[in-house]
Amino acid sequence: MPESQRYNETVMDHFMNPRNVGEIKDADGIGLAKSSDHGDTMKLFIKVNNDVIVDAKFKTFGCGAAIASSSITTEMVKGKTIKEALELSNMDVIDALGGLPPSKIQCSVLAEEVLRAAIEDYRKRKTGNEETGVSVGCSGDCGRCKTK
Amino acid sequence: MDKKIIYLDHAATTYTDPEVVRAIEPYFTEKFYNPSSLYTPARDVAHAVKHARSTIAKWIRANNDREIIFTASGSEGDNAAIFGIANANRDKGRHIITSAVEHPAVLETVEGMKRFGFDHTILPVDKFGMVDPNTVRDAIRDDTVLITIMLANNEVGTIQPIKEIGRIARERGVYFHTDAVQAVGSVPIDVHEMNLDALTMAAHKLYGPKGVGALYLRDGVAFDSLIKGGHQENGKRAGTHNNPGIVGLAKAVDLAYSNMQENNERIIRLREKLINNILENIPDVILNGHPTKRLPNNTNFCFKYIDSEAILLHLDMLGVCASSGSACSSGTGDPSVVLKAMGIPPEVARGSLRMTLGKDTTDDEIDFVIKNLIGIVGKLRDMSPLVD
Ligand SMILES: Cc1ncc(COP(=O)(O)O)c(C=O)c1O
Repeated sequence: MPESQRYNETVMDHFMNPRNVGEIKDADGIGLAKSSDHGDTMKLFIKVNNDVIVDAKFKTFGCGAAIASSSITTEMVKGKTIKEALELSNMDVIDALGGLPPSKIQCSVLAEEVLRAAIEDYRKRKTGNEETGVSVGCSGDCGRCKTK
Repeated sequence: MDKKIIYLDHAATTYTDPEVVRAIEPYFTEKFYNPSSLYTPARDVAHAVKHARSTIAKWIRANNDREIIFTASGSEGDNAAIFGIANANRDKGRHIITSAVEHPAVLETVEGMKRFGFDHTILPVDKFGMVDPNTVRDAIRDDTVLITIMLANNEVGTIQPIKEIGRIARERGVYFHTDAVQAVGSVPIDVHEMNLDALTMAAHKLYGPKGVGALYLRDGVAFDSLIKGGHQENGKRAGTHNNPGIVGLAKAVDLAYSNMQENNERIIRLREKLINNILENIPDVILNGHPTKRLPNNTNFCFKYIDSEAILLHLDMLGVCASSGSACSSGTGDPSVVLKAMGIPPEVARGSLRMTLGKDTTDDEIDFVIKNLIGIVGKLRDMSPLVD
């Protein structure tokens, strides 16, 4: 594998010692994101208090970059308000990881999508819509889901 | 950090046996001469090249030395055989038959023959990765000139019914090439019994050096050389002879076949131990490939609900070198085309792991891998959203 395809130490650390693995039983929002091509799947659980994300846990099926991206995303969103969390993009995930191989950028996009899906689910529940926000490949900004 | 390496990727390549290294060393230094030269010192080298040719011819039961053409790789042998035979016989027809599980060196070459006006049929395989000889018979058309089907698969180790396919090809007057890159050295080869017109091998898969291989081409088969130039190899492959490589290939083939039975017995015992322990101790795992008709050193599993790259990274941290299967797709995340052809769903194929043993693999190494793999698979499944 060419050097540019290898993972840096931060990515390897989050892969080998992933933070916040698991589920939150009484989560306030659950997001699911699945990549259409390779079947990578991320599930994100968030606990929200006064509009602040107080806890986040994940489960991921995918490569090292997918696991590391989910792990660091849970760390990044904890303590953030919903509004702040929605401002996070896949580029922030890549930056926090100190870079990803070009072929793995997709994994950071999936992390952004699963975060938006979890927040969307949280908002739906808050506005009384019981439907669980299982959003496949949601870009989070089309406005159709009336979260704006 | 002095970590012991456990190498379980012998299908990718092997180290060069020290005995082979010793045999080839003089050919870098005092025996550097061009074997095509006239003067006396070059004659010694020409003799060594000739001896190498007969050694290989003998082990695969070729009729004579002329039928062995030295190449620079397995890929070259496959390219040369397919292009060389098809193109030289283009007046007889322009249809090639191959299988869905071939190495890219064959599949891409067959595909590339479209540029020269050749059409092809890609035969399916069963769930074990095996070609049914009846499908070969049915696929032969009046304009079929070449059938190319591998002897043993590089990913799942399945050994094809080459004898039966060869018989059908011969009956119908169609040339038959086999890519035996993974098989030479651990599977006995008899080009007559197998009805072969051409066979590809590469030294670096059998404890020989990299960058050298050979193509067996039956006498009398019309052939258009891929590499044109000088008249080396009877005009079938131009280029100054790679003396150390050629001597190394022959030495490696000789060692492999001289010790084949003993090596195979030990490797098969370890392979069975690895397979049985994994199937018994890890749930939701599939053994890919044929249970018995497989290369002595090949194991290939699919661990459901997890991704092979994640497994490989964990193994690498422990010093264990393995592969997801296809050398070409590692790192791209694309599931293996071989597993797909065997009917394995893409999300299951994502969890493939190939471990290929070698002649020095030990019980301790296999025990270490079994123990750690159980933990790795468990850890990854604990974080998989596909497990309830
Ligand atoms: C079945 C098969 N064919 C062809 C090749 C190509 O051989 P080489 O890498 O020597 O060109 C390989 C090696 O990966 C192989 O396993």
